[in-house]
Amino acid sequence: MKPLNNVITACPPSGIRRFFDIAAEMDDVISLGVGEPDFVTPWRIREAGIYALEHGYTTYTSNAGLPKLRRLICADQASRYGAHYAWDTECLITTGVSEGLDLALRVLLNPGDEVIIPEPCYVAYEPCVRFAGGVPVLVPTRWEDDFAVDAAQVADAVTPRTKAILLGSPANPTGAVQPRASLEALVALAEERDLYLVSDEIYDRLTYEGRHTCLGALPGARDRTVVLGGFSKAQAMTGWRVGWICAPEEIAQLCVRVHQYTMLCAPHVSQLAAVEALEHADDDVAAMVADYDRRRRVFVKGLRELGLDCPEPSGAFYAFPSIRRSGLDSETFAERLLHEHQVAVVPGNVFGPSGEGHVRCSYATALPLLEEALERMGRFLASVS
Amino acid sequence: MREILELLERDAHLSHDTIATMTGLPVEQVAAQVAEWQASGVIRRYTAVIDWDRAAAAAGPDSIPETVTAFIDVAVAPARSVGFDDVAERISRFPEVRSVYLVSGGHDLRCTVTGRNIRAVSDFVSQKLSTIERVQATATHFVLKAYKRDGVAFAEPEPDHRLRVTP
Repeated sequence: MKPLNNVITACPPSGIRRFFDIAAEMDDVISLGVGEPDFVTPWRIREAGIYALEHGYTTYTSNAGLPKLRRLICADQASRYGAHYAWDTECLITTGVSEGLDLALRVLLNPGDEVIIPEPCYVAYEPCVRFAGGVPVLVPTRWEDDFAVDAAQVADAVTPRTKAILLGSPANPTGAVQPRASLEALVALAEERDLYLVSDEIYDRLTYEGRHTCLGALPGARDRTVVLGGFSKAQAMTGWRVGWICAPEEIAQLCVRVHQYTMLCAPHVSQLAAVEALEHADDDVAAMVADYDRRRRVFVKGLRELGLDCPEPSGAFYAFPSIRRSGLDSETFAERLLHEHQVAVVPGNVFGPSGEGHVRCSYATALPLLEEALERMGRFLASVS
Repeated sequence: MREILELLERDAHLSHDTIATMTGLPVEQVAAQVAEWQASGVIRRYTAVIDWDRAAAAAGPDSIPETVTAFIDVAVAPARSVGFDDVAERISRFPEVRSVYLVSGGHDLRCTVTGRNIRAVSDFVSQKLSTIERVQATATHFVLKAYKRDGVAFAEPEPDHRLRVTP
């Protein structure tokens, strides 16, 4: 048989997958390994989805998505962050941020173009760049700096082939929120070296300290920035698969072009549920965000009381403690913690080399379970030290 | 401050320590505030929300006898200077009365009454409630099944459908 696609066959499966396979087999596991809310989608949003199904909204929508939803998204971005996009030409609805990321990279990249990715980062960034024909160039960030991206270090990584910088803030897996100054320095660099910026802002509303900065709202950024957002996290809608892209017209329209041939449109029912989410679910979102924040405080304090250095996670719903004092590497730590004490965390190295020495713990977990997990981690740490 | 009250209303078991961590306030301040609320009657008491149907089903009717709950709408002739207050307070004093509200609509007061059986509640209504001066009419609605009370739904919670480990 002829060989299959080189790029895809060379791409290793996600390290998370292996952990899932182990954890799925075990009983009495407390999982801090889940990258999605423990809340079910707020009832009013589910009810809107049920209504849509009952009334037969089971058809395609326009490729770019329901005009009403696009209008709401653009109005929301403008009022919340001062990021201004024309709903009819600069916004499209995607099947989650995952599709949005894929579209943006395919539209931006020619074969061999380099994309600079600060790491530790979301597991899909590197493969998606490769699938789009690009070459990922990882730039480390350090927990001692709260994972702030150092623009000077990024500048050192720029070559004549560099096309774009891809980053997420608030970030999975670190929970880090990029300081506005870091983002401004990246924008300045992008302007100076003529680079595009791809900004994954799926966790925007889950910002606990200070306010979220939309990259597309920063002076000089708009015309070279693709903003990716969605409903999975703040509105607890992961399984609905609905997200969006806001970008300057030329980029947005090329994204629509790919999308119309590969996806056609995002699910109609999900788009209608998303309309309800933006129109009426702000109170539900606020209550969930307040709850994450309280668990964050309790959980991070608990980690520190166990003697683990834990950089302050200001966003998303992850803590990314250093586990170096255990003397174990990330994989061994996570594997032994799972086998010996039935707590699932994700080893930090699956998110990039700088994640080594850390584990990702999701606190999107009920408080009593978080407290029990902390106790088990304490027993584990006592047994290895 | 409102956040502390909301947290306690949802889970009165939370320790001052945990509340302090959750809200970012010093634990001494949380303790002092809660003590003040208890003294001043802002916090009236700490209770548990109990699904009695489930309790009876689990323990058997012999150990947990059935109780009956009814909503009773009461029409009252208001009196000069006190309005409905004196009648409402009078009704409130009966221990079988769980709640009393002044409401808009066809009647004036809405009460919740519990008793050992339908007969006990009916007797209470006909002998105690209806005979209070200025009570003009009552309408009794017996509760057949409780689905949700005090913000707590009594249906089985939705199971966690998430995979154990996801990106």
